[in-house]
Amino acid sequence: MAVEARGVGLAGRAGRIGTSAARIDGLPKALGSFAYGSDLWEEGMLYGATVRSPHPSARIRSIDVAPALALPGVRRVLTAADLPARRRYGLEYEDQPVLAEGIVRYAGEPVAVLAADDPEQARAAVAAVRVEYEPLPAVTDMEAALRPDAPAVTEVGNVMRHVRIVHGDPDARADVWVEGYYEVGMQDQAPLGPEAGLAIPAPDGGVDLHVSTQWLHSDRRQIAPCVGLPEEKVRLHCAGVGGAFGAREDVSMHIHACLLALSLGRPVKMVYGREESFFGHVHRHPARIWARTGARRDGTLVSARVRLLLESGAYTSSSSVVLANACTFAAGPYEVPNALIEGTSVYTNNPPTGAMRGFGSVQVCFAHEAQMDKLAAALGMDPLELRLRNAVHTGSVLPTGQTIRGSAPGREVLERCAALPMPPDIPPTDRDRLTLPGGAGNVGRGEHIRRGVGLAFGYKNVAYSYGFDDSCEAAVRLERGIDGPVATIHTAAIEVGQGLHTVLAQIARTELGVDEVVVEQPDTEIGSGGSTSASRQTVMAGGAVATACATVRERLLARVVEALGPDAARGPLRLEDGRVFDGDVPLGGIDHFLDTPVEAREVFHHRPTTPLDERGQGENPHVMFIFGAMRAVVEVDEELGLARVVQLAGVQDVGKALNPRGVEGQIEGGAAQGLGLALLEEIQLRDGRIANASFTDYLLPTILDMPPVVSAVVEDPEPGVPYGAKGVGEGSTIVATAAIAAALRDATGRELNRVPVTPDELAGLAPARTSGGPAPIPDVPGPRAVLDYR
Amino acid sequence: MEVFRPSSLYEALEVRAAHPQAIPIAGGTDLMVELNFGRRRPEAILDVSRLPELQVIGREDGRVTLGAGVTYARIIRELADHPALAQAARTVGSPQIRNRGTVGGNLGTASPAGDSLPVLAVYDAEVVAASTAGTRRIPWREFLVGPKRNALAPDELIVAVEWRQPDGPGSFSKVGTRNAMVIAIAGVSLQLDTAARRIRIALGSVGPTILRAPEAEAFGAGILDESGAWADPRAEVPADALGRFGELAAAAARPIDDIRGTAAYRRHACAVLARRALTWALDDRRLAAG
Repeated sequence: MAVEARGVGLAGRAGRIGTSAARIDGLPKALGSFAYGSDLWEEGMLYGATVRSPHPSARIRSIDVAPALALPGVRRVLTAADLPARRRYGLEYEDQPVLAEGIVRYAGEPVAVLAADDPEQARAAVAAVRVEYEPLPAVTDMEAALRPDAPAVTEVGNVMRHVRIVHGDPDARADVWVEGYYEVGMQDQAPLGPEAGLAIPAPDGGVDLHVSTQWLHSDRRQIAPCVGLPEEKVRLHCAGVGGAFGAREDVSMHIHACLLALSLGRPVKMVYGREESFFGHVHRHPARIWARTGARRDGTLVSARVRLLLESGAYTSSSSVVLANACTFAAGPYEVPNALIEGTSVYTNNPPTGAMRGFGSVQVCFAHEAQMDKLAAALGMDPLELRLRNAVHTGSVLPTGQTIRGSAPGREVLERCAALPMPPDIPPTDRDRLTLPGGAGNVGRGEHIRRGVGLAFGYKNVAYSYGFDDSCEAAVRLERGIDGPVATIHTAAIEVGQGLHTVLAQIARTELGVDEVVVEQPDTEIGSGGSTSASRQTVMAGGAVATACATVRERLLARVVEALGPDAARGPLRLEDGRVFDGDVPLGGIDHFLDTPVEAREVFHHRPTTPLDERGQGENPHVMFIFGAMRAVVEVDEELGLARVVQLAGVQDVGKALNPRGVEGQIEGGAAQGLGLALLEEIQLRDGRIANASFTDYLLPTILDMPPVVSAVVEDPEPGVPYGAKGVGEGSTIVATAAIAAALRDATGRELNRVPVTPDELAGLAPARTSGGPAPIPDVPGPRAVLDYR
Repeated sequence: MEVFRPSSLYEALEVRAAHPQAIPIAGGTDLMVELNFGRRRPEAILDVSRLPELQVIGREDGRVTLGAGVTYARIIRELADHPALAQAARTVGSPQIRNRGTVGGNLGTASPAGDSLPVLAVYDAEVVAASTAGTRRIPWREFLVGPKRNALAPDELIVAVEWRQPDGPGSFSKVGTRNAMVIAIAGVSLQLDTAARRIRIALGSVGPTILRAPEAEAFGAGILDESGAWADPRAEVPADALGRFGELAAAAARPIDDIRGTAAYRRHACAVLARRALTWALDDRRLAAG
């Protein structure tokens, strides 16, 4: 049996909500004893590996697996011809082949999978599979994909979806207009833990898959039909997750490992290497955005006109919803009475894109905040003042027609951000040279340094939207333990490193008055937890656990009343410090009433949402919003075009901070990821091929790149959710990139309309990006994904 | 894969003679990357990390001997009187990499992006190579023969690198997009040889191999002559002459566009770094002169 990472509960003993309780997974992770997906092991297991297309677009003429099978230790090679059941899968649309069938649409697409006795044999076998390709013309540019003569990437053409939001009178007259064109490169989630899982065939003909993921039940829904099993025979167990950021929303090795394990009757482990990981998950959508913003002389916004393109790559993944998000947030967190927002998601032969932290709001924030700065300059207004004047609040109507009913403390977020302390301004010549632009490179002694300050403001939805109303189920059991009462929490909600399971334990401690809480590893034995994404699990899993705890408490207190008689209780009964209290009078330990465990199972739903109509309007497209603001201080070596961020000051609207240190960590981590997109992180494509699939050349921020983060939270409770807490995972990511870009513009006086910004651009060696004009409006059957009209 | 683990240089040279296909490995910071990417699958490797003869840092009669197995971490600690080399060592990778990587690895890999190489070029170092037949000293100008190619014979091992202790200030600077742990887009090392009244400058990552910039060197020595700065460190050298020095240094670059940077940026960075390096060298002399 697998000795690692299976069904292991992590326990914690202290900390109610509102405290910075220690992470229940903190010590094992710090000590290196925490088992990640790549640490899985099972007696007799084989190692799976994937044969991938080197071509972005090609016809497969033939596949010869015989040379691979002839190698020592190679047990099986599967191609599309061997698939037992459904041949395509997908997060929203089943458009992605389990293994390429006749055609490959991106470089890196799986063509065959195989299993061997050891990983070295598996790698040798991958090289031995002979695939004969006939290269076809590849579409590797999103605007080129929209030309009438472009080759069709998919069966439905090259338009994935077009969303049009018409609000008020988009032709309304304004005193001042500013215009801009913006580009965002392809960022990678770059989780440190690569894709990993272990599939174990079960005696009942089913399969148990231990896998690092963000959403077990969505994986299972996609796996089961492709392996030809009913869902109940495909049991998923969460393996330790080493970061996700959206990269684990899609299926990677899941179906392949299950197919190999079931066909061989042996456990099969698959772990991607660092290079393969870049092909193993979707990336952030590259974007091109054309914006016109109109305002009155006094700074009041009149109109936002935005045309945008997102590149979906070869398959759909979550592109349909990322596009909807980009469009609904394209005007920024501002009251704009008139808007015309037209967005298109485009198929190309580049690698597929999908979910990544911020989910469409990062790209548009880069554009709408640059527009606000341009407008402030055109009006001669202070950028903060302009934003405060137009910021939405509770009661504001958004471009979708939605009225914000819940908490929307945007102005407070902005004001708090502006008031955070500035970093000391020690002359560059007097400082440790490691803190100068260029860092360890010893490129300067403080000469030609210019400092700049930038501000950005953004917002995003929490949880799923547009009528996709997801839920989370939780089971809570309270029982007698060795040292007192123990609460055990079971959900399918995934801890990806963000601290969710610690927060769930804090909720149980708060609701049940116990210290010891065990959080079981998520699996499909319980109902769906929904995805750990969209900043939703604090609300959703937190809500489910709080509700289940309330039911457990009611049932326990009923026992108390039964034991003591109805007249015994004088005040309200409550649970605290492991004891039952009648008002202030202790009645005895909770243990005392736990001859048998008390259990409850509850499903938590958020308020229902509604889809967008033909004009992009809806009653309630989003359930609630989070706001973030960030101020960046940067220094640029103006000769060398090198930058160092000196300070990031971020404020986030969280409703209620259930674990303040955890929130701080999310703000800092999100800021680092935003810094990466501003200055460093881009998947570079050359004719559809990834040219920098390694951490040598895909550059993540180091500690010399990442400055101190000063942060604060605004706690304005959201009505209708437990403790008024909103999500916390994405707020700072949305605004960090835009804030840093603004600061770089302030330092250099250059336009810098593309991220990541390059040294060439900062040094003035490369001009701003230009466009031949907004992308055309495609001809589509309706506002939904084109695949819906097939 | 066969692994040889000799414990003395002589034993290692015998293995080298008998198995010239065995790839020498010390810290492994280059070779293991190649292995991980599947770019190389050597039949055999020769572990030189346990050879005491390669761990030496020696100083005698103004000459410095640096064993091929000395790590960058040790260079930073023990060769602080060689600021250019110590600065180059500091720009290599992360602390973990600097604890493993060796100067012998830079010489063996002979990449134009090897951080210590421009410094060894301006020290006009000699590479000490040994085989069972004996030891020879390879002058710097003969050592690097092309991109990732050096003058080592198949039966030789790099034992050390030697140079005459420089008399004058020197520096190494490296530009990368990231502030640490980055492969150089451009690197510049400059060394003043006060006794000989010469300037040496070498460029990394901007050509097929490490490039000296003879025109800039001659021009630089000339402007120091004209301004009297060789004799009097306090003498001012005109700013436009320093700028011209940078441009001449950049003119020696033969850069290309690749995923790490553009040719235009590389050339530009060489001009800026060369000008700054000479400026700092003059500042340092001025400071030392009081």
